[in-house]
Amino acid sequence: MIALWSNLHPALQMLLKGLAVILVIFPIAGASSLAERKVSAWIQGRPGPNRAIPIWFAWVPVIGPMLQKLGVFHLMSDGVKMLFKEDALPGHVNKPYFILAPILAMIPAFTTVTVVPFGAYLDAAGRTIPLMLANVDVGILAVFAVGSLGVYSLIIAGWASNSKYPFLGGVRASAQLISYELSMTLSVLPVFLWVNAPGTAGSLSLARVVEFQSQPGFWGGTWFIFLMPVSAFVFLVSLYAETNRQPFDMAECDADLVGGFHTEYGAFKWSLFFVAEYSHMVVGSAVFTLLFLGGWNPLPWVPLSDVAVWLHLADAPILLGLLSIAIFLGKVLCSIFVFMWVRWTIPRFRYDQVMKLGWQRLLPLAIANLIVYALIIAWLQPKN
Amino acid sequence: MVDKLFIILSVVTLVSAALVVVNKNAVNAAMFFMLSLVGTAGLFVLLNAYLLAFVLILVYAGAVVSLFLFIIMLLDTRPEAQKSFKKMTVAASLLGGLLLFTGVLSLMTHFVPATAGAKGHVLPPVGASLKGYAEQLFTTYLLPVQVVGFLLLIAMLGVIVLSKRFENKEAAS
Repeated sequence: MIALWSNLHPALQMLLKGLAVILVIFPIAGASSLAERKVSAWIQGRPGPNRAIPIWFAWVPVIGPMLQKLGVFHLMSDGVKMLFKEDALPGHVNKPYFILAPILAMIPAFTTVTVVPFGAYLDAAGRTIPLMLANVDVGILAVFAVGSLGVYSLIIAGWASNSKYPFLGGVRASAQLISYELSMTLSVLPVFLWVNAPGTAGSLSLARVVEFQSQPGFWGGTWFIFLMPVSAFVFLVSLYAETNRQPFDMAECDADLVGGFHTEYGAFKWSLFFVAEYSHMVVGSAVFTLLFLGGWNPLPWVPLSDVAVWLHLADAPILLGLLSIAIFLGKVLCSIFVFMWVRWTIPRFRYDQVMKLGWQRLLPLAIANLIVYALIIAWLQPKN
Repeated sequence: MVDKLFIILSVVTLVSAALVVVNKNAVNAAMFFMLSLVGTAGLFVLLNAYLLAFVLILVYAGAVVSLFLFIIMLLDTRPEAQKSFKKMTVAASLLGGLLLFTGVLSLMTHFVPATAGAKGHVLPPVGASLKGYAEQLFTTYLLPVQVVGFLLLIAMLGVIVLSKRFENKEAAS
């Protein structure tokens, strides 16, 4: 098995690895849409989708009704409906760009995953080796750079639709995404200032941040959410804005813009936007988990290597790798739940409030936060 | 492999850069500008300057071009008949082209490329690591960075002066 794997061409290996990661993210994105309905139902005190069931599943004694209550079949029938619906192309649109927009929505969502580590195992020498597709030095910068290309799908979709509401949605989306990108980048800087001690070769790798949070001792094992709560808060709020989630759904605004940038879209093209939004949520939650929630370390002050010793898994890299991936995914799912919790709790902002919050509240807060931490780090570092 | 990639990327960069100028539809031009930037970033990756590549994507493709698109959409420019150039514009572009040609010509005739490994002297990859890049920026190239920053500040002030309507003054006069 392993010999067969290592005999493959390196390019083919990378391709298979990439496919494996996408095969995990795609179902999570799909399941999130079901979870969204259920969570919104629980928050609003109603049962949520619980009717659809194929006839042969109704005969299965316990599992059938349980899956029916969970609404799993609604998700499946939704997917089938999207696939088989007529893919109408309105006559007044700019066709090449209209078709390009949903594709542009998917590409950044799946490309950012390449630099996001999702687990770790211990090698023979006892070092923690992160599991990721490409361990590049520029880590977080690559996530931001590729993620920022996601705005094009919204702008292009709004413009190519060639009608008023999508156009307004596209204009709002471009303004919103650019405004919040600033605070997001600034909120992350203190973390990397803290991680890269002076004198070492600097690195922006996300795996390095997790490594830093799994050191022994009180300060070594502290997750950054405790060390830098303001950074975490600003990052999370900007993340909600960047993923176009309510309360920042200026690109869509069902209330005043019909459907915003995707008003003219239907069937599978529409569902591509939908999946892209949830994939952005998954990747954003993953980055938040890595930066502020200790990545694959199960608890604060309890690094993965300690768990490996307790469970005698240090010699079983595959089992330990699976365990770390499970821990990491668990945290990501919790973070996605918070996304939904916020969406169904906080009333949505008006457009001017979104702009005011971004430029007059979050940006000054992020800059002040950066200066304070830069001063603290300069004060803490050993004098010579 | 690297040579082939270099040729592909430079062709993409140059062709899309030419299309930016030629295209009459402003949105098409902006999209080709982005494509050209992505090609340039690819060239940086071939030089092992990952940092520069991603910064280029982040700043230009991520922010600048999307702001361009934002403005284009706000103004809603329609493709229109080309206006004839002013005499001054023609003279300036001719002079610019001539200067560029002279520069390239002198570079081709006088420049001797430092053969890597011949004297053991290789240019340090400044754009490769974050630390090396930052160190060069704050030591060797401190003055150019400050000057460029000052120029950008002047440009910003100019835009504010040009775009702001001074209503009180107009009312007074």
